[in-house]
Amino acid sequence: MSKYLLDKFLYTVDRDPDLVERYREEPRATVTWWEAERANAVLNCHTGEASTWLRFTDEEREALATHDHVALFSLGAHPFLTLTLFIAMFERDHGPLEYQQAFGARLAHFAMPYPDIAT
Amino acid sequence: MATVVAVIASTHHPFYYKASTATGEDRPPFADEWVRKITAFRETLTRARPDVLVMVGSDHFHQLWLDNMPQFLVGKAPFYDANFYNEEREFGLPRMLLKGQEDLSAHVLRAGLDAGFDLAFSNELRIDHSITCPIITLRPEADLPIVPIYTNIFAPPLPRPKRFVQLGQAVRDIVESWPSDLRVAVVGTGHLSLELGGPRQFGPHGPDPDFDLRAIEWIATGDLDRCLAEVTLDSLHAPGNATHGFMDFMLMMGVAGAGQKADHVDSLDLFHTREAYFTWYPNGVDA
Repeated sequence: MSKYLLDKFLYTVDRDPDLVERYREEPRATVTWWEAERANAVLNCHTGEASTWLRFTDEEREALATHDHVALFSLGAHPFLTLTLFIAMFERDHGPLEYQQAFGARLAHFAMPYPDIAT
Repeated sequence: MATVVAVIASTHHPFYYKASTATGEDRPPFADEWVRKITAFRETLTRARPDVLVMVGSDHFHQLWLDNMPQFLVGKAPFYDANFYNEEREFGLPRMLLKGQEDLSAHVLRAGLDAGFDLAFSNELRIDHSITCPIITLRPEADLPIVPIYTNIFAPPLPRPKRFVQLGQAVRDIVESWPSDLRVAVVGTGHLSLELGGPRQFGPHGPDPDFDLRAIEWIATGDLDRCLAEVTLDSLHAPGNATHGFMDFMLMMGVAGAGQKADHVDSLDLFHTREAYFTWYPNGVDA
C-alpha cells in the first residue's frame, strides 16, 4: 500500500493546470510518465533531490489509469484530493452540482467506517 | 498589554464570494439571505474596532504537504499572498495580499513555545480560503495586519480535540500578554458536519443536521464540558468525513473561554453544509 504516493499524484496533478488537462485526456500515459519522472521528487526539498523507492502497486496504478475514483476511495486516497481533482476534470461536462452528486452516489455502497486515509 | 476586543468563530464557505457577487440567472436563490446574515456578522467585527487580526484556519494541502506536515504552525512574515490556482478554478476566489503583524507573530511563537506548544513557523506562507473566506466575509477591505495560525485537521494523525481547546486558551492568554496597546480580534474558521469526496456529500443539507444543532448549542453557550465529553477523533467521523474541521471551532471556544455565552449567534442551512457564525466580546461590546 502506498497511500502517500496516491495522494502525491493527486496533489501534484491538481495543482498544475497543464497536468490536469493531460490527466483528463490521457490518464494511463500520464500515470506512466508521472511514476517514472515525478513520483520520487521530494517536493519540499530544493531542486534536484529525489527519493529512490516510491512506486505504485498494480492496483493503485490501475485505479489512477482508469479514473476510478471509487477504487481510489477504497484504497484510502485522501477524499479531498480526489474530489478536487475530479471536479477540475469532469464538472465541465455536467450541469450545476450534477457531477458532485453523481460522484457521491457512486460511493453509496460504502458504510462507516470508511477506508482509513492515514498515511 | 493588548486587548482581545472580539473572538469570532465561523464556518468558511468557499462559495460565498461567488454566490454573493453573482447577478441575474447566476445568482442562487439563497444568496440574498446569506448576504444579509454575513453583513450582520461583519458588523460585529467592525464594532470592535480591531487593529490586528489573529486568524486561525487550516491549509487544505496547498503549501503544507505530507512530507513535512506541522500540527500547529504560526506565520511570521511581513506579507501573506493568498489563495491558490485551484481555489480560483473551483471557487472563483480572487488573489489577495495581506499584511502581517510580525511583532505579534514573534510573541505568539515565543510565548507558545514557553507554554508547552511546539509550534512550527513559516516566514513565507501563502494562505488559503480557510483564512481568506473570513477576510472576505468579515473584513473585505483586507486592510488589517494578520497573524495566521494553521492547525492540522486534515492529515491524520491529528492532535486530539482537547489539544485544540488548550491551544485556544493559550492563544487568549498569549495575546493578552503582548506588550502593546493594540486592539486584537481573534478570528477562527472551521466546519460543522461536512462530507467531502464521500457518499454523503452535496446533499440538500449538511450530512448530519442533528450534530450541527448540538454543535451550535455547545459553541453558543461555551459548553466545553459537554463538547469535550461527546467529541473525540473517532466520533468526528460519524457526522461526515471532513468534520474534523470542527476542532477549529473547539479551539475558538478555548479562546472565548469556558462557559462564555456568545454575543452573536447565527446560522444558515444550505445544501451540502450548514453555516454558523459566533461573536464574543470578552470585555463588553463597547470596550
